[in-house]
Amino acid sequence: MRRRAVTGALYATPAAILVALFFVVPLLLVAWMSLHRWPLLGSPKLNLPANYSAIADNALLGSAAWFTVRYTVIITVLLFVVAFGLALLVQNRRRGVGFFRTAFFLPVAVGFASASLLFLGLLSEEVGPLPFSGDGPALGSVVLLVLWRFAGFNMLILLTGLQAIPVDVYEAARIDGATRLQMFLRITVPLMRPTIALVLTMMVTGSLLAFDQFWILTRGGPDNSTTSLVMVIYREAFVRLDLGSAAGISVVLLVLLAVLSSLQFAFLRRRSA
Amino acid sequence: MKAMLAAVVLVLATAACGAEKQGSADDGTTLTLWTRAATESVSKAYADAYNAGHRNKIEVTAYPNEEYPAKLASAAGVKSLPDLFAADVVFAPQYAAQGLWADISEQFSALPVKDSVAPSHVRAGTWEGRNYALPHTIDLSVMLYNKDLYTKAGLDPEKPPRTLQEFAEHARKIDKIGGDVHGTYFGGNCGGCVEFTLWPSVWAAGGDVLDADGRSARIDSPEMAQVFALYRDLYDEGVASPGSKGEQGPTWLGALQGGKVGIAPGPSVWLDAIEAKGVKTGLAPIPGITGGESTFVGGDAVGIGATSGKAQQAWDFLAWTTSEEAQVEVIAQRKGVPFRTDLAANRYSSADPRLVTANGLVAKGKTPYARNFNATFNDPQGPWLTAVRGALFGNPTSALMAGNDAINQSLRKE
Repeated sequence: MRRRAVTGALYATPAAILVALFFVVPLLLVAWMSLHRWPLLGSPKLNLPANYSAIADNALLGSAAWFTVRYTVIITVLLFVVAFGLALLVQNRRRGVGFFRTAFFLPVAVGFASASLLFLGLLSEEVGPLPFSGDGPALGSVVLLVLWRFAGFNMLILLTGLQAIPVDVYEAARIDGATRLQMFLRITVPLMRPTIALVLTMMVTGSLLAFDQFWILTRGGPDNSTTSLVMVIYREAFVRLDLGSAAGISVVLLVLLAVLSSLQFAFLRRRSA
Repeated sequence: MKAMLAAVVLVLATAACGAEKQGSADDGTTLTLWTRAATESVSKAYADAYNAGHRNKIEVTAYPNEEYPAKLASAAGVKSLPDLFAADVVFAPQYAAQGLWADISEQFSALPVKDSVAPSHVRAGTWEGRNYALPHTIDLSVMLYNKDLYTKAGLDPEKPPRTLQEFAEHARKIDKIGGDVHGTYFGGNCGGCVEFTLWPSVWAAGGDVLDADGRSARIDSPEMAQVFALYRDLYDEGVASPGSKGEQGPTWLGALQGGKVGIAPGPSVWLDAIEAKGVKTGLAPIPGITGGESTFVGGDAVGIGATSGKAQQAWDFLAWTTSEEAQVEVIAQRKGVPFRTDLAANRYSSADPRLVTANGLVAKGKTPYARNFNATFNDPQGPWLTAVRGALFGNPTSALMAGNDAINQSLRKE
């Protein structure tokens, strides 16, 4: 028995080393940095709790946090509806369904930064074919980009959840005279709960950490109306060159994300128990 | 840190003496030079001319303008800065304060031409009395005007405006031509563009924007309010192209190259790029509301990467860039503005009166100095752009008052 345990530990070691090296160590370093005034060159000085107390005075951070929450709600709702809709459309094996599955999934193959640049080109007044001008709908264009880029991926995850539901359950329901809506609400949704929870968690964390799309498409504008939390962290680190402050905000964001994710999972476990 | 660096330089100098002829800094070393895309062609021209006459080799790498500061910061974080790097001159106080450039005070004070090196640039590369950077390129803000549109509007293309009010009148007249022609254009969603083109009008009127230490701003001054009001009117009347409101910088040059803009303040280095598109362009100093003239002495500063082990060889290159050979045969020859004030009149500039105008402005202009300049004025999330947007498109009085407080706070942030 002990031998088995040792073998198991050995198998887990490579992964554990990788996680420690590329996740745990940087995480501890960020926490350590957040306690210091950390210059780019030269030695850091302890300045606890300045990096944390400054967070309260950062007006930009407040508006960015509010915007990020709004963005997260919008994206999570829309992306979930679109992705679930697409998954239901291509759920059953029919003629030509493979084509649509591929078509819906295809945008995932485009790198996110490339996709953002693609939209920037499409929406540009100078070179783009679409007639947008001036301030334009900055948030709207980002939402459109994210839907286009991520709907296919989430559709795929939801599709695997859908296909894991045994066909006989539906057949039994149909014999009992259940309507399509009843089958969806009483069978599909309850059996999909773990998959739905996974997808929602990924959408929420992804949106709270949004950066690329805003950095490339809107630069946080116009008038800071699309400045996300991570953009503020970027500004602290690479514009103000204050690594300690950036680390401080990162730690706070990390704690909030951890709390949020554990709440989501707790909710999921309770309901599926 | 400085002691360690000095030791490294000393060790290297000794090593170089052993391998090469006594004290030579031109010993066949390869030096890396980083620059932003906007400056790439000038950096490469310097490098080519230097490489042709020296055993050292300069290798230039350029990065996209917007990503460049982050690239430098991450390189500094892992202590692998290049041997030399150039940066927007307004960022120089911050880089000097952060110790990203090596101290070159001794070498600089020994330089025979040190008194004629553009003083505002030298000041920008100074932190706590020590020199960290030299000028690399000079870019001045000037009025650029379309000579054909001037003629078409019944204006004399040889008589550019002498006051900012005259500039507005000219713009209105040209705007009357109609069609897709507009009187003027500006970067209304770009903090860097606005400071570069509007501050000279404040300076020309005898006003100031920043104090000498870069810790207090005066954007709530009457001079500043007047300048903003003038541009605001031009936008409201539709004389300034509607594209001005959203202009973030990247498409600014393209708008002027289109030949549909009458007169607009912009960088002097664009003169060639605009004329290359067949737009006959005049160049004039940026005036104040009722007269006077000034310019924002922009461009790039260059220094030795603090983590470089080749400081002596890198200085050899920097010292060479201050030579007449470099400033006249490289910079002036490609219609640039020499950074040595004693070379403002040279055999290339005398062929084009517009260059004489530009070169003469260096002494009249300013380079604002502040350690937190980028975070306050150039960064799109900084408080300056918020104030600018309010002053041009929102409530001007409150925007400038509130903006000044926010800017002071940002300037003083440690």
